[in-house]
This record gives sequence, C-alpha cells and structure tokens, in this order.
Amino acid sequence: MVIEQISVFVENKQGALSEVLEVLAEGKIDLRAISIADTSDFGILRMIVPDPDKTLALLKAKGITASKTEVTGCKLPDEPGALYRVLKTLEGISVEYIYAFLTRRDEDAYVIIRVEDNERAQEVLRAAGHTIIGSEDVYSL
Amino acid sequence: MNAYWNPEIETMSRDALTTLQDRRLRTALNHAYTNCKPYRAKMEAAGILPGDINGVEDLWKLPMTHKSDLRDSYPYGMFAVPMGDVVRIHASSGTTGKQTVVGYTAQDIAVWGECMARCLTMAGATKDDIVHVSYGYGLFTGGLGGHIGGETIGAATIPASTGNTKRQLQMFSDFGSTVLLCTPSYAMHLGDAVLEEGIRDQLKLRIGLFGAEPWTEEMRGEIESRLGVRAHDIYGLSEVMGPGVSCDCPERKGLHVMEDHFLVEIVDPHTGKPLPDGVPGELVFTCVTKEALPLIRYNTRDICTIDRSPCACGRNLTRMGKITGRTDDMLIIRGVNVFPSQVESVLLGVAGVAPYYRLVVDRINNLDALEIQVEMTEGLFSDEERRIESTVRRIEKDVLSMLGISAKITLVSHGTIERFEGKAKRVLDRRTP
Ligand SMILES: [Zn+2]
Repeated sequence: MVIEQISVFVENKQGALSEVLEVLAEGKIDLRAISIADTSDFGILRMIVPDPDKTLALLKAKGITASKTEVTGCKLPDEPGALYRVLKTLEGISVEYIYAFLTRRDEDAYVIIRVEDNERAQEVLRAAGHTIIGSEDVYSL
Repeated sequence: MNAYWNPEIETMSRDALTTLQDRRLRTALNHAYTNCKPYRAKMEAAGILPGDINGVEDLWKLPMTHKSDLRDSYPYGMFAVPMGDVVRIHASSGTTGKQTVVGYTAQDIAVWGECMARCLTMAGATKDDIVHVSYGYGLFTGGLGGHIGGETIGAATIPASTGNTKRQLQMFSDFGSTVLLCTPSYAMHLGDAVLEEGIRDQLKLRIGLFGAEPWTEEMRGEIESRLGVRAHDIYGLSEVMGPGVSCDCPERKGLHVMEDHFLVEIVDPHTGKPLPDGVPGELVFTCVTKEALPLIRYNTRDICTIDRSPCACGRNLTRMGKITGRTDDMLIIRGVNVFPSQVESVLLGVAGVAPYYRLVVDRINNLDALEIQVEMTEGLFSDEERRIESTVRRIEKDVLSMLGISAKITLVSHGTIERFEGKAKRVLDRRTP
C-alpha cells in the first residue's frame, strides 16, 4: 500500500516557487500535503494530491520538471512522542526524508516517509502497531 | 561502401594534387595582385611579388588576410571582377559593426555546387534522396549552399529554411525527407520535437549534414539517436565559399578539405607561423579558384588540427579535425583558455544531462568567476536532493579536469535556456574590460 507523491524541481531564483504554485492553482489542484526541500542551489517541492497523474501531466505540459515517487504514509495518534516512536521503529532502515501533515477531518496527524523499500518499512511499522494509510485514505481526506 | 562525386580529384595522389595546387595558386595570386587593390597593397608592403611564389611550399611567405580586411573594404572593395560578372551576393553579420559581404561569379557558384555535391555524396546521398535544407535561406550561405548541393546531385531538394518546427516535422513525414541539412543545434531542437511528438517511426531521415557551428562527438550521438540519421559534420564559411569547404567521410576521422579549390594550413595563434600537422592552431585557407573574391591566407580564427595522411575511404584530401573553438570566442578565465565546446563535451558525458547550457563569466572581488547554467532534465531530476547534488558534483569535477579551472554549476528550469535555430550563442561575459 503506497501513496504516489509528486516532486517538482524549483530553480533557486526569486519567483520560481510561485510560478509552480500558480500552475497548480490554475489547474485547481488541491494540495493535501506539501513539503519543500531547500538546498543552497535548488529546491524540491514534494506534494500529495488527489490525482497524481493529472497533476504530473499538467506540470509537464507547462515544461516544469516533475516526477512521481511511491512513498509510505503512516497515521500518527496526535500525542507527544508519536513521530519519535515511528522513527524508532524504522531504525536500521534508511529514511531519505519525512514530513508530517494534519487534516481538518480528524484528530490524527499523518507522516509521509520516503524509504528505498516501502514493503519492508510497512511490515516493520505494522508489526509495531502503526496504521499504514494508502492513496485512497489520503486522497479522500 | 564508398561513393565519390569526383573520383579523379578525390582520390588523386598527393603529388598530382600538389602540382595542380601549385599551378592554381600562381594563377590565383596573379589575379589577386592584378585585380584587387588591397591584396596588391598587402603584397607590396610585404615586399613580395606573385612571381616569388612558386607553389604551395612558399605559401607561408604571403601576408595573412583577416575578417577586418573584408570589413574595411565594405561592401565590394575586395571584389576582383567587374560587378557585371558577379551573379550572387551573400553577407554575414558580425557581432560588431559592419557585415562582411561576399560575391560570386557564375563559375564560383558552379564550384560551390561541385563541392557541396562531393559532401553529400561522401555522406551517402544520391539523386534518389529527398534533401531537406533547414539552414536559413537568405544572406546566410547555409540555405542556398545546401540547396545547390542537393540540386547538383540531382536530388529533390526542399528549401524548408529554418524555424516553424511543427511545419518542419510535418514536411519530414509528408514529403518523406531522407537527408537533412541544418545547424547541429537546430538538429537537436528538431530531434527533441520528434521525440516529444513520438513520430520517429514515421520518418525516413537517414543522413544528416550539420555545420555552421562547432559541435562535439557526444552531440553527434545525441542527434543520431533522436533523428535516426547518420550524422556528418560539414564545414564552411562565407568568406571562403559557404558550406562545403570540407566534410567528413564514412570513416568520420576528420573532414576532407576540397583541396583542389582551398589550400589549408594551421598556424600558431600567437606568432602566425605554420604549425606541424597534428598540432592545434588557427585554420587558414587560400582559395585558388575563386574569381569574384580572391582569398589569400584567410585566417578563420577557428581552432583545429590537420592530417595529411591517406584516409581509409580512399581519399587523399587533407582532413581537418573538428573545430574545437575559435580564438575570438575563446574566453580567458583566470588566465586559462576556455572554449564553450569543452563545457558541452563534459555535459554530454554525464548521463541525463541535456546539452543546453550557458556560461556566465563575472568578476567578483577582482577574481574571474565562471558559472555554468545547466538545464534540469527528467533524466537528472530526482525527488532526493542528494542524488541531484551528486550529479552536480560530478559535473563540477569533470569541468575542473577538462578546463583546469573550477566552475559553479547552477541548475535552471527546463526550457529557460534559449534554443537557437541559428548559430548558438552560449556565453554571457559580464566582466568589464
Ligand atoms: Zn575519408
């Protein structure tokens, strides 16, 4: 059970991020979750959207470099130490990046986790009693 | 399979060729001295008379001709025939000041057709091909030069000219173009469009002759895979004639110079003295059959090497290497000579990187700084920044080992570096002199 995430290249110059966001706004893309990785030379905008394929096509049509990646989603109880417990569970698995988001719908928080092997990470998380969420869950939030 | 348009000349022995060149050189010098004042003045200033030159071995004694000589005599000052005998005018725009104007007699145009026919035949084209010329038609020699070649070999020749990429692709598929002539940067652009439209299977293109700007072996591979052609390098410049001065044969180990019309030398850029074969220097041409605009030891400012050994294709015509740069686009950064083509060759060697780049040179705290802007591509992009960063580090390392100076690599959005349909201009020098 994986979630498809869209990653977008953002040039390191003024207005580059707004250009991408403008394209998304014009396409009426609803952003469920968003995270920005910022290095000194460029940025990567990562996001979870209801229709990843449509979003990818929209971006590409505008000449924006973007890609689709499968990531793991995990539900967190909204309580102190929850994220720590997730990461602790994943010890030994190399995590590329992680970001969290909240929704209006319920009390819970969610994390997006990028690992090399989603299946293995999810097995470990499930074994430790965590709830894995898939595309259906997150898109309907 | 080797086909020659003019087997007698193309496979002539070096001795017989030299005899022919000696005779033609003497005639050309007499013509220039008698009918072209600037040459007479140059030779008189150097204390040389046409009679002092017996043949090719004395060529080095003659004064060199530069682009500035042509510019200073704008427009017709160096023409050596009455205007009534001139049938064609071309001009090339300089980045500074006046255009360089060149003229042709009917005989000069016939020689051009012959040279272009040899190039097309060398690349494997025949009268049964459909030759698609996407060089610009106009004052630039590319369009009409390519055109006369196609017609001379008897092929159906399409004056497509440059621009309107959609229409070019339409013509490829509707007209069944089999041979394409254009600049290498436009070939890349057309290749990208073919990939984007997914119509490569509908194309009948099989041969490409690309020239008018320097390109690399890596770019050759890129163009071949995009367009499905066998790509040949064709060289020329309007001062000498236009495209067709030289072209690479199926061996692709250098471009055979049409030496029965153009004598070729390599000289030291600093001293102007001839260099031994194989040593890179400035490329110098002497036209021995030109009527309208004689050209004696014209320094092209292009950097390359020559090889006079016989070629496996059966031709004995001297081969010039690929142009590796120009002494006038050469950048001197922190005292090091840098050619944009070197950067291009590094980028094409890194998987996933497109050859769209721009060099920005600046002076920061009195120190030259080189920035190389490289376009982001799908092949280079990743959702993980460390992967992108490792490619950037790799480019930096390769640039350093190629140029001997470090450069900052900046990734810019796809499509933001201008695609050039004519000659590519890839340098922005912000240093104030
Ligand atoms: Zn050859």
